[in-house]
Amino acid sequence: MNEIIISVLSVSGISGALALLLSIANKTIGNYGEMTLIINDEKEYKVDGGSSLLSTLVDEEIFIPSACGGKGSCGYCKVEVLEGGGQFLPTEAGYVTPAEQKKGIRLACQCKVKENIKIKIPEELFNVRQYDYKVDMLKLLTPTIMHVGLTLPEENEINFKPGQYIQILTPVYKENDEEVYRAYSVASNPVDKHKVELFLGYMQDGKCSTYIHKYLKEGDKLTVVGPFGDFHYHESDREIVMAAIGTGMAPIMSILKHMVEIKSERKATFYFGARTGEDLFMMDELREIEAKLPNFTFMPCLSRPRPEDNWTGEKGRVTDLIEKYITDASNMEAYLCGSPVMIDGVVDLLRQKKMAEEHIYYDKFE
Amino acid sequence: MSEINPIVIFFAAIFTNNMILSNFLGMCSFIAVSSEIKTSLSLGQAVTFVLTFTTLLNWMVYHWLLVPLGLEYLRFIIFIIVIAAFTQLVEMIIDRYFQSLYYALGIFLPLITVNCAILGVSLFMVIRDYTLLQSMAFGVGSGLGWTLAIVTLAGIKQKIKNNPLPKGLEGAGITLIITGIMALAFIGFSGIVQIQ
Repeated sequence: MNEIIISVLSVSGISGALALLLSIANKTIGNYGEMTLIINDEKEYKVDGGSSLLSTLVDEEIFIPSACGGKGSCGYCKVEVLEGGGQFLPTEAGYVTPAEQKKGIRLACQCKVKENIKIKIPEELFNVRQYDYKVDMLKLLTPTIMHVGLTLPEENEINFKPGQYIQILTPVYKENDEEVYRAYSVASNPVDKHKVELFLGYMQDGKCSTYIHKYLKEGDKLTVVGPFGDFHYHESDREIVMAAIGTGMAPIMSILKHMVEIKSERKATFYFGARTGEDLFMMDELREIEAKLPNFTFMPCLSRPRPEDNWTGEKGRVTDLIEKYITDASNMEAYLCGSPVMIDGVVDLLRQKKMAEEHIYYDKFE
Repeated sequence: MSEINPIVIFFAAIFTNNMILSNFLGMCSFIAVSSEIKTSLSLGQAVTFVLTFTTLLNWMVYHWLLVPLGLEYLRFIIFIIVIAAFTQLVEMIIDRYFQSLYYALGIFLPLITVNCAILGVSLFMVIRDYTLLQSMAFGVGSGLGWTLAIVTLAGIKQKIKNNPLPKGLEGAGITLIITGIMALAFIGFSGIVQIQ
């Protein structure tokens, strides 16, 4: 008995003494003191040195896109470091090309704040916030697409441009053993700063989509970061071509709601592709928008209509429709959303029809 | 207690009882960080530093705490805790005061924690019943021996860097063969001194 107590005591004593030593070291050697963080030459922050740039920025409520949560395995958290930040690390080499390296691009999760540091980030990232949203709607629109409605706490708001996306922090659950961020386009009206609507497609083994489709319940909390992305509505008087398949409808929906809001009179056509009648959704809402916007046409098409769909509309893919209805696209602009294959196809086609490269905006869902 | 002169132990640990080449301990960083002489030399220095002090610390903990309390059987866990904490401390110090060394060693610095050569030295010291002075000589010697081996390997690897190799032997394959040949060469030293 005595021996057991002595051995337990001596192991804990030694561990405790070493832990004490290490915490003293952390407070003295590991304490880099207060550092100055200057962002875009204008905003200045006083931060505690020693931790990674990414977590330092999160402490200041600036959210750099990051899918892996700072493990250095996604390569999203690139920032331009102008001064300070130390040497380029081998752990970054896999994600930062030599050309980017010359410009001072670093992975924020690997670069540590050990001296005063000056960085440059896109202006819109200041707008990015992380909040716990309340899930107040979960409705299946098609067998695989869920309409998700989220509400922000009263005192907070989200300012996004129509077409941008947010990231959902998927928690750990039975089929998933690590937290991951997944991006989804916002489908709701940007005027409503307390609500976010998403169209969330189910993916086999998808960590976030499985969680949303199988585990999430109305009333639950969901952590969302955003908004992100440079795919958004641009004001001009060019005619608009919109094309989407599946959940790619989401950002287009947001753009359309915005156009209704500003009473836009731009000429616009939305080509929406689905496989069968079962895959069509939000049809009534789109017809309503069509009625409200004087110069907007909605054109759904089915690639494989089944007999029971009683489909009288267009048949084929969105590319077939664009081929059929657009002859000269030189004075138009395009908003495309969907799978990479579909986007590449449409972009090629629009280029052939003389649309200017800089007027083709797209968001590839991968 | 053995009556060998610490100086003899020091040289034996470098040549006849080299940690890598005669005991094959500490192989993972030996194989991974041996592509450049400069980095292997710095890793060797870090290992030597950690080895010297952990051996010293472990000797004191073992003889002044574990033996009087009759807890010799706890030595594995205690040695590992001491090594881990000490490596952590070294990492903090290097991170703060030797920036370029910190960047050069990268991930292999924390990996010293699980470098088997370090636990090996502490255990040999117990098995062979060394005194404090002998243990220190053994620790420093083993560290220098480890450094010698990794720097030599890095030198050889740099020499053959541009030579064509059979596909299956590239990378770790040829490294293990080189190590084997180096070990054969070091056998030439054996028998000069006996330390166990």
